[in-house]
Amino acid sequence: MNSAQAGGSLSIRNVSKIYDPEGANIKALHDCSIDIAAGEICMILGPSGCGKTTLLNAVAGFHGISSGEIRLDGTLLCNTAKPQAQQGPDRMVVFQNGALFPWKTLLNNVAYGPIVQQRLSPKEARAKALDMLGEAGLADVAHKYPGEVSSGMARRAEIVRALINDPKILLLDEPYRAMDALTKAIMHENLLRIYDLKPVTIFFITHDLEEAIFLGQRVVIMTTRPATTKEIIEIDLPYPRDHRVLSSEAFRLLVTQVKASVHAEAKKAFAAGEKERA
Amino acid sequence: MNLNKLILKNQALRRGIIAIIAALLVWEILAHWRLWFGYSLPGIGLMPPPSAVLHLWGKVLLDGSYWLSWYASYSRVLLGFCLAMLLGIPFGLMLAVNRHLHALFFPIFEILRPIPPLAWVPASLIFWPTQEMSIVFVIFLGAFYAIVINVLGGARSIDIRYLRAAQSMGAGQWSLFWRVVLPATLPSIFTGAAVGMGITWEVVVAAEMIAVGGRVYGGGLGFFVWNSFVGGSTEQAIIGMLSIGIAGYLASSLIRYIGYRLMPWHTAA
Repeated sequence: MNSAQAGGSLSIRNVSKIYDPEGANIKALHDCSIDIAAGEICMILGPSGCGKTTLLNAVAGFHGISSGEIRLDGTLLCNTAKPQAQQGPDRMVVFQNGALFPWKTLLNNVAYGPIVQQRLSPKEARAKALDMLGEAGLADVAHKYPGEVSSGMARRAEIVRALINDPKILLLDEPYRAMDALTKAIMHENLLRIYDLKPVTIFFITHDLEEAIFLGQRVVIMTTRPATTKEIIEIDLPYPRDHRVLSSEAFRLLVTQVKASVHAEAKKAFAAGEKERA
Repeated sequence: MNLNKLILKNQALRRGIIAIIAALLVWEILAHWRLWFGYSLPGIGLMPPPSAVLHLWGKVLLDGSYWLSWYASYSRVLLGFCLAMLLGIPFGLMLAVNRHLHALFFPIFEILRPIPPLAWVPASLIFWPTQEMSIVFVIFLGAFYAIVINVLGGARSIDIRYLRAAQSMGAGQWSLFWRVVLPATLPSIFTGAAVGMGITWEVVVAAEMIAVGGRVYGGGLGFFVWNSFVGGSTEQAIIGMLSIGIAGYLASSLIRYIGYRLMPWHTAA
């Protein structure tokens, strides 16, 4: 429903990734194809350790792919010949357990990107950072260190830190993983509100299927390792969504549908019993 | 909240003082045991009572040579320690950041590291032109290893998410080093500094006992202890010992204070 002016369409074509430390030959991704429209919220759902993060890391440029092709707005990020994408502020990552710099206040964390990119002077960057933190309801804690605020606030600040760089796509790697259900619900509504203010393509990895349905316009269900796209489910619940959606009939039908598909994979993943790969 | 903290702090202080007084009392009684009770406790030998030590300490405090010993030891420790920080921090960071340099230097470092600094005393007395330089060198070595190992370990275990986040936000090598690697390593730098400072006091005392023979002034606290023992004054030797304890405590407090000022987030977290 929202479409970003700045673009941000992501095309993942036949991507495979084989980890080969000392000939171990672990196939993490197999022939994975996903197309994400500009401004879409696309949820990648799969059991823990299935290879979702591998895909995200490939898009972000943290490591290479073995074959296939990834394009952002038609521009090549990586393919078989150039396996590793260049990292850049057009693809901002929000990490699993949070990666705010503990030695910087929330304000200076947020201002860091524009300063190192020399897009803004330090003074302008801090002013803008304060504005954006205010929009996210974090004005009061802007001058605190990450260790002094709750994990929910830290995660919100981290999303602000990503957004200040005007990314085309936001890559979220199970950002609310360790949170209790109530905090999670607040974080979800907050994310959708931020998204309304500033539509950006969202590539959101999760193993929480209710989270996937609540937030996403589409849910991509991944198989367990090697990960590949198993099924794509359109979520046609109207936005703006709030917590009441969770108790609607339509929501429950979707949960049933998604659960059926993902449960088989979860069982396989459990049987494989492999330790999660970061 | 603040009042609570103050009360807690006061409580801790009071308990600390009570413990010290109790320890002195026990010491006093043990020292007089034979005289007061007419028999010796097994395993308890001769020792001067704290009252005698404190009494003598009062006189020693007025003696300039006592303070010269403080000055001599402190200046050696600080000089050796600062050199160790100055060389050890960049060296540790360099080993952490550059794989080739690590491969080149780490084996040498690991072979030299187990050699206790005191084993270097004879060689450095011969090598360095002055006695003073050889003592400072040995102190330097004591702190250097602790600092390098901690800096290296700290810089190597930086969470990769910080590096990735910074690079995604467009940080170049320069910014990555100064604004991510260095602050992320600061806690380890201070751990290394604290451990290193502890070692310097062990080393300076022993080095002074071995190397500063025959000088009355500028011998340092180590020499003060040894000289008192040779001169037959156990009380004064104990004064020297306690002085070293206090000196070491002051030095560690200084490091803690600097660490606290440089890493406001560390106490917050």
